[in-house]
Amino acid sequence: MNPATTVTTKGTTAQRFWHSFRMAAWLGWQIESNWTDPFLFAIYSIVRPLATASILVVMYSVITNANFADPMFTYIYLGNAFYIYVGQIMTGLSWSIIDDREHYKTLKYIYVAPLDFPTYLMGRAVARFVIASLSVFITILFGVLFLQVQLDLALVNWALFFFTLLVGVILLAMMGLMLAGVMLLLAHHSWGVGDAVAGALYLFSGAIFPLEVLPAFLRPVGYLIPITYWLELLRRALVGEVAQTFPTLAHLNNAQLVGILLGLTAVFSVLGLAVFRACDHRARELGLIDMTTNY
Amino acid sequence: MSAAFTQRVPKHSGWKLFVQTVIARAYPRVIGQQREKSWLFFDLFLPLLGISAYVFVYRAIHAPEEYVGFVVMGGAMSAFWLNILWSMSSQLYWEKETGNLALYIMAPNSMMAVLLGMALGGLVASTLRALAILVLGSWLFQVQYSVSSFSQLFAVFVLCMIGLYGMGMMLASIFLLLSREAWHISNLAQEPIYLLSGFYFPVKSFNFLIAAGASIIPLTLGMDAMRQLIFPSGPSLGFLSVPVEVSILVILSVIFLVASKYLLEHIEKLAIREGRLTESRR
Repeated sequence: MNPATTVTTKGTTAQRFWHSFRMAAWLGWQIESNWTDPFLFAIYSIVRPLATASILVVMYSVITNANFADPMFTYIYLGNAFYIYVGQIMTGLSWSIIDDREHYKTLKYIYVAPLDFPTYLMGRAVARFVIASLSVFITILFGVLFLQVQLDLALVNWALFFFTLLVGVILLAMMGLMLAGVMLLLAHHSWGVGDAVAGALYLFSGAIFPLEVLPAFLRPVGYLIPITYWLELLRRALVGEVAQTFPTLAHLNNAQLVGILLGLTAVFSVLGLAVFRACDHRARELGLIDMTTNY
Repeated sequence: MSAAFTQRVPKHSGWKLFVQTVIARAYPRVIGQQREKSWLFFDLFLPLLGISAYVFVYRAIHAPEEYVGFVVMGGAMSAFWLNILWSMSSQLYWEKETGNLALYIMAPNSMMAVLLGMALGGLVASTLRALAILVLGSWLFQVQYSVSSFSQLFAVFVLCMIGLYGMGMMLASIFLLLSREAWHISNLAQEPIYLLSGFYFPVKSFNFLIAAGASIIPLTLGMDAMRQLIFPSGPSLGFLSVPVEVSILVILSVIFLVASKYLLEHIEKLAIREGRLTESRR
């Protein structure tokens, strides 16, 4: 049944959240995918991340004469692959504001609909999560098959992997919610905010190089970013020995890293909701919900 | 009635109207940049983040310092490619979405002049951005240059830009015909082109066929020739010799400009015959 036909204004709070989430997920999937046929859409979804990975592969290959067996390559490759989630979930969730307000001009209608708006935004990110998961899978598969990425499925700590992935997705969604709140107030350059934050996190989170490569005065920024710990845990879960050859977080064991990640996720979740609520309130006060900037 | 209202506005035609249209369309792109200063943050900060990430990757794998220069230069040149994608190729599609395209086609000026104005305005604005990224990036990462010939460097840059913006003018018509897919194609044509055109490494790193195929984008050969002219080890890492690359750039420029004129005439005919081209269909 088409989810759009099952909406009801009645029911418990949990039901209302579920309806908001389910409808938004369905809507997000339609927006992302219905502009072309499924085959082209699949190609479109994986070409960009594969191209980004290939840039790093060629850079690495040129300098090291294709020494892909070096742990540094696996470190770079996996970090870059999982960073796809950051761009898709965090930036993508916040982009829903621009899509709905500027492009489809439906934001005001969504606001007056019986929906929980933050839950709606989370739902919109589901499609991007699915696309990101496909991209990450294909990128890693490509690396294992053709580039000697040192991933042995028998040695993977699957429990740690799925737990870390789940916490990371929640973390990224809450960071996206914070950005979405900020975007509600921006008239100009709202399209660039998500990319700017994602770009800064890419640089400071040790995604594609160990933090030791950064100048000493910039390294503390990396230690404050939860994505640094998230990526480290994902690497440790998938390729434990490779990850531990780099000194950045070597002094912390897995339990300590999980603790830090959970703590920072809790902080960012509270912060994300608070910032979103404050920005949302301000945007309503200023009458910005139905703003069309054409910028 | 005031004199301002009774005074007859001079009407141009022919080449004067063409030039006037070019200036009029270029004007908002150049002046808008002066009035809206926030671009300084987003158009400089974002590319610098990308450049920095790739520079630190090279440093992590102990690459020669010249590769840092390659990254800085590639990052600066990305300003032109982004301008081509989002402000040239997609522009007629945006104009259609906002309802301006019909006005462009109805007005008694040449659409070719409109496209040329877009290109010139975008070129000026992007050159400013690229220069700022180049200066900042070179300062941040202490890049050393050794220009072997300023005149050749200038000639290569100009030819590269003529070819690139000719390509942008041609793509503007193609993207308009693609309608809603235009946005997705622009989105898709960033990283793959950064990869194929060798924005962050010498294009010679690919085998000959891939590098030759990528050379259809003028930036590929333009950047390769400029790297050969400004870095001491550039010639050893060049794909083809500079004179050969210059000759190919001349040919590409002519092909793209002629093709853009042909395609523009085609979409104008479509607009008149089918009456659908200018309607916004979300």
